Amino acid sequence: MMPTSYEDGHISVSGAGGGSMPGKKPENTAFKQQRLPAWQPVLTAGTVLPAFFIIGLIFIPIGIGLYVTSMNIKEFQIDYTGVDMSSPCYNCSQNFSWNSSRPCACSLPFYLDQPYDSNVFMYYGLSNFYQNHRRYVKSRDDSQLNGNQESLKDPSKECEPYAWSSSKPIAPCGAIANSMFNDTLELFYNDPNGSKVQIPLTATGIAWWTDKHVKFRNPGGNENLPAAFQGTTKPVNWHWPVYELDSDPENNGFINEDFIVWMRTAALPTFRKLYRIIQRKNNMVPTLPRGNYTLEVVYNYPVRSFDGRKRVILSTISWMGGKNPFLGIAYITVGSVCFLLGVVLLIIHHKYGSRNNIAT
Amino acid sequence: NSLKTSLWMCEGENWVDSRTVYIGHKEPPPGTEAFIQQRFPDNRIVSCKYTFWNFIPKNMFEQFRRVANFYFLVIFLVQLIIDTPTSPITSGLPLFFVITVTAIKQGYEDWLRHKADKAVNECPVQVVQNGKIICKQSRRLRVGDVVLVKEDETFPCDLILLSSSRDDGTCYVTTASLDGESSHKTYYAVQDTKAFTTEEEVSCIHATIECEQPQPDLYKFVGRINVYMNNEPVARPLGSENLLLRGATLKNTEHIYAVAIYTGMETKMALNYQSKSQKRSAVEKSMNAYLVVYLCILISKAVINTGLKYLWQSDPNRDEPWYNERTDTERQRHILIRAFTDFLAFMVLFNYIIPVSMYVTVEMQKFLGSYFIMWDDEMLDEELGERAVVNTSDLNEELGQVEYVFTDKTGTLTENNMEFIECCVDGHVYIPHAICNGQEREELFFRALCLCHTVQVKEEETVDGIKHGIHQGKSSSFYISSSPDEVALVEGMKRLGFTYLRLKDGQMEILNRDDEVERFELLEVLTFDSVRRRMSVIVRAGSGEMYLFCKGADSSIFPRVIKGKVEQVKARVELNAVEGLRTLCVAYRPLSPEQYQQVCHQLSGAKLALQDRDKQLAEAYDIIERDLILLGATAVEDRLQEKAADTIESLHQAGMKVWVLTGDKMETAAATCYASKLFRRSTQILELTTKRTEEQSLHDLHLHGVFYLFSLSGDCTDFGLIIDGATLSAVMRPGQEDSNSGNYKEIFLEICRNCSAVLCCRMAPLQKAQIVKMIKASKEHPITLAVGDGANDVSMILEAHVGIGIMGKEGRQAVRNSDYAIPKFKHLKKMLLVHGHYYYIRISELVQYFFYKNVVFMFPQFIYQFFCGFSQQPLYDTAYLTLYNISFTSLPILLYSLMEQHINMDILKKDPSLYKDIAKNCLLRWPIFIYWTVLGVYDAMVMFFGAYFLFDNTSFTSNGQMFGNWTFGTLVFTVLVFTVTFKLVLDTHYWTWINHFVIWGSLVFFVVFSLLWGGIIWPFLNYQRMYYVFMQMLSSGPAWLSIILLITVCLLPDVVKKVIWRALWPTTTEKIQVGAITSMETLD
Repeated sequence: MMPTSYEDGHISVSGAGGGSMPGKKPENTAFKQQRLPAWQPVLTAGTVLPAFFIIGLIFIPIGIGLYVTSMNIKEFQIDYTGVDMSSPCYNCSQNFSWNSSRPCACSLPFYLDQPYDSNVFMYYGLSNFYQNHRRYVKSRDDSQLNGNQESLKDPSKECEPYAWSSSKPIAPCGAIANSMFNDTLELFYNDPNGSKVQIPLTATGIAWWTDKHVKFRNPGGNENLPAAFQGTTKPVNWHWPVYELDSDPENNGFINEDFIVWMRTAALPTFRKLYRIIQRKNNMVPTLPRGNYTLEVVYNYPVRSFDGRKRVILSTISWMGGKNPFLGIAYITVGSVCFLLGVVLLIIHHKYGSRNNIAT
Repeated sequence: NSLKTSLWMCEGENWVDSRTVYIGHKEPPPGTEAFIQQRFPDNRIVSCKYTFWNFIPKNMFEQFRRVANFYFLVIFLVQLIIDTPTSPITSGLPLFFVITVTAIKQGYEDWLRHKADKAVNECPVQVVQNGKIICKQSRRLRVGDVVLVKEDETFPCDLILLSSSRDDGTCYVTTASLDGESSHKTYYAVQDTKAFTTEEEVSCIHATIECEQPQPDLYKFVGRINVYMNNEPVARPLGSENLLLRGATLKNTEHIYAVAIYTGMETKMALNYQSKSQKRSAVEKSMNAYLVVYLCILISKAVINTGLKYLWQSDPNRDEPWYNERTDTERQRHILIRAFTDFLAFMVLFNYIIPVSMYVTVEMQKFLGSYFIMWDDEMLDEELGERAVVNTSDLNEELGQVEYVFTDKTGTLTENNMEFIECCVDGHVYIPHAICNGQEREELFFRALCLCHTVQVKEEETVDGIKHGIHQGKSSSFYISSSPDEVALVEGMKRLGFTYLRLKDGQMEILNRDDEVERFELLEVLTFDSVRRRMSVIVRAGSGEMYLFCKGADSSIFPRVIKGKVEQVKARVELNAVEGLRTLCVAYRPLSPEQYQQVCHQLSGAKLALQDRDKQLAEAYDIIERDLILLGATAVEDRLQEKAADTIESLHQAGMKVWVLTGDKMETAAATCYASKLFRRSTQILELTTKRTEEQSLHDLHLHGVFYLFSLSGDCTDFGLIIDGATLSAVMRPGQEDSNSGNYKEIFLEICRNCSAVLCCRMAPLQKAQIVKMIKASKEHPITLAVGDGANDVSMILEAHVGIGIMGKEGRQAVRNSDYAIPKFKHLKKMLLVHGHYYYIRISELVQYFFYKNVVFMFPQFIYQFFCGFSQQPLYDTAYLTLYNISFTSLPILLYSLMEQHINMDILKKDPSLYKDIAKNCLLRWPIFIYWTVLGVYDAMVMFFGAYFLFDNTSFTSNGQMFGNWTFGTLVFTVLVFTVTFKLVLDTHYWTWINHFVIWGSLVFFVVFSLLWGGIIWPFLNYQRMYYVFMQMLSSGPAWLSIILLITVCLLPDVVKKVIWRALWPTTTEKIQVGAITSMETLD
């Protein structure tokens, strides 16, 4: 679309003798006469052509940039569901029972064939898990999670059937909280010299800042949580009450970041959530050097009943986030299509454009 | 009693249903038949729909009868009853808004009608009671009341004339506002009561009237009056010549006494009204059709999703995985109930696909848009100081779809004002005010015109009550005649120097050029009749010479002429006729005393004849009006309204068929049609009139004949048809025994379709409506428009799809009952070609756009169900669901639908053929609707899957954090709002500062709202799902990039389609748009 011309702003008053009926005549404005000055663009091949070329010229480089960035991101995934007999976690997945007091552990070795230089983000991924099911999404009480005392003692009806347990209110209530992911994942680097070095994982900075500091609040401040949660009970599937999620008082109770991350329901049934961050120590050593690693899993979370899968993902991050070639490819495609269309329109414009002008 | 029986005999078969009226409510003397007292309605006219009490229930009922409103009520109730994904507020609020706005609008309109009714019903009427005059409100008038009506007053109800201030018991009436004839008609008082001329006398009349029950035919009335003279009943027949109709006006008679027989809604005028049914425009019909399609889409979506849901859920681990269990009460519910609830929940989830807000927006668009019609200065009449009036804004767009225009003639096409144009004497042409050289023949001609007429001179009383004669002041007297042509001629003569003064004691006085009074004794008047088509007078000049002056149509004069410059006059007459002037020829014959004696003998013989008097008179006239000497011809114009011809020509060019329906006689009407360029010289005229088709059988043959004529001369394209009321009713009469008459109707329709112009004369008001109805019902179902100015046009105005009233001289009834009223016929051009065109373009875009934007809105949500286990999880937040149609995307399209001008209005007026580009509802045809829907589905797919692949298992912020489902929905929604707005941007051809303000403003509003909505923990909400979602999204680079990308991809096909179509297959409109730009560029 291209500005063609502004019609000059003059207001024509039609009808003879404009002022002969002073009483009856309402004030005459260009607006009332529908004669406001206006820009009257028309989409023609000629006017649209440049736009197509410009879009093409802008989109293709952006697309290439995005694609290259995405390609430079390193990502490693490992599935630890334990579906196959060969999988180390097969036993854990088979013998699962909610009541077992003894946690089942399994460890998976893996090999990183290239070093990860910058901060590495550790995700857990679930498949076929419908966090976006309506019954599930609404099964929470935001007011309770915000530290409201009344909601703590009397959770919202939306939390049913996870609102009351043995006539005590559940905190945090609801299906989402009840099904919080509770596998423990630890990462060990198998040093070539034979020692097994545990890689330090940071558990903070994984949730939105606003969630942690505004949306989620413990009832009555972060101190003395057991007292604050007096009179409530833990969700049925949890092993510990909510005030024992972490030893750090700034990461405990409702403001536990693992909990907050879980509470942000995913859009699609296959999703990943940020679990830990592996901070880069210094510029000299890669965060994760090339070599053999072991993933130690405490297997608490059952997914096989609904054909789910569990994964661990290690990924570096660029300015555009994780690995996603889609956006780059899409930009390149759209840019090229626009460019092509520009050429087609150029031909049409040359062949037919002049004909139309003669016709009028 | 024998008289009575004979009356019963002669007055026909339909005397079953009758009413008895006691004049002055006086019981008949005992001994006569016992009459049963009947109840009659009072004289109240009711045109309003609601009363104060029934407004709310009746209006609610009418509103919920609309499919859309009912639908939303159901959705609202479902939301209230079952557990649905969205709260009842999301549909309740808009519904409440719609209902309230509509109710207020309709209530206001009805209040205006109440006011108008009140004004009519409370106007004072003088009633005679016990010998005194009492003033009553019109609505209190009852059947049997004796009413006094003074000159220039309108009759308050249907009356039987008892007596008049004129000696002969006659009165003059103009029925202009009833049937459009402005000439004065004579009505007669009842023989036995015409002597009672004062209040006291009138109140002693002791009589009863028996008459038929009210019926709508204006010209039919049968009744009987029993006057009791000394307790001895005298029965007299009553006919339509005794019946004064409500709406007619008393003229030229000081006062009359009359008795009310039909009152209120039973008057013939009220019966000729048709009930004002709500008119629906073609666009609204399309809208409803689309609505049904979308309803089907909606239901099938819900059914598909419900089915898939139960298929998917058949695995219990999917139905109820351990992390997401049902409550016990839910589990116990029967599966069928659960399935049905799910179905309803899906319906509620997708209900936005039926755009409720479209109805509000359409309503607002129509209401606000009609102001542009009212404000339009080009439709302002400076003389009257009147502007166009919009009574129903529901039909704005229908003005752009008109295919048939039915117009009244008198007062609509013409000014209702005859004017003398010229006369031609022996081939010399004279126009008024020209100096004449005073030849003898010319003076004879002028005298002939001054004498040969039946004009009366009316002397007006001035304020101080002194009668001014013509000598004192010429302006204080004027001429009255049943034929406006005669008045025009006499007035024309006055301007040429010969003034007709008066008829006094059988002497006609003429003031000649030298200011001398000439006297002529009027011996005989051979009155006008439509068979002879001429009239004559026999006068004796002061000098004793006797002349016969004859004036008439050329066809009836020329064969009787034996002398005179026939060729020159004939040429002139033909020339004038072509120009649409009404021509008359004038001839004379000097009579010797012997000849006169003979004439007298013939005439008196014929007049005294008891049998076949008419026939004998006609024979006598035929003998007398012979051997004439041609004097010359005159030309009179019923002045057409300004630019009437131009308007009709434009309407023709715009592809409309123009029909003239008039109560006037054929010759006059035909002349007007020629003058207004409805018929051209080249037009081949077909006549279907009673004159030609005296007998029924002949008439049938004639129809066939005309039809064959058509099939033969198929190559000649320009046909005109003239048909009159009687023939028409024969054509339209429903089939008797034979099925042939049905065929005639079809043949007639076929003929009409092939005619570019049709003239129907001698139409009764209801016949006009019948014609409109017949065309409406023909198989193409064309859109009709009726224009008229008088009460006789009301029925057709109400019948047509669009009724337009002209603010003429004949009262405001047409205006009141019309959908739109304009001051002059010429304003029709702008009304249709500019306003109609614009409103059609605007509303069709509005409708299509609304369906489009709701498809785009809802389809992603539909696809999302496949990814959330068919759980009815909404993709967007509740606030977005509610506000999408109400505020984010509503104003730009509303403004578009008020402001859009795809082509400059001057071009639209200059080039009427552009109107054809939008004919037949072409912007709301199915292919275009499907295109918009497909475009909507495409856009929805792009948005959803674009976001889907972007979200595909990855983080898109630089801190590695993840987004949830609400961010996903917000991303789609942001793309959606921008795409939908930009789509409108692409379609807007007229960018004023207001458009810029509203379009960019509504996008800014969306962003600001989203920031605000997510910026605060809202204490009144029980969820905080949107907290910081929008801001987090904006903090991510890929989100920005994908929003831009997705918007581009969504808009691309539409732009390409537009450009390519415009380049390869441009419509006239598009060519002109491009042409306008090129011309502007060259100007620059």
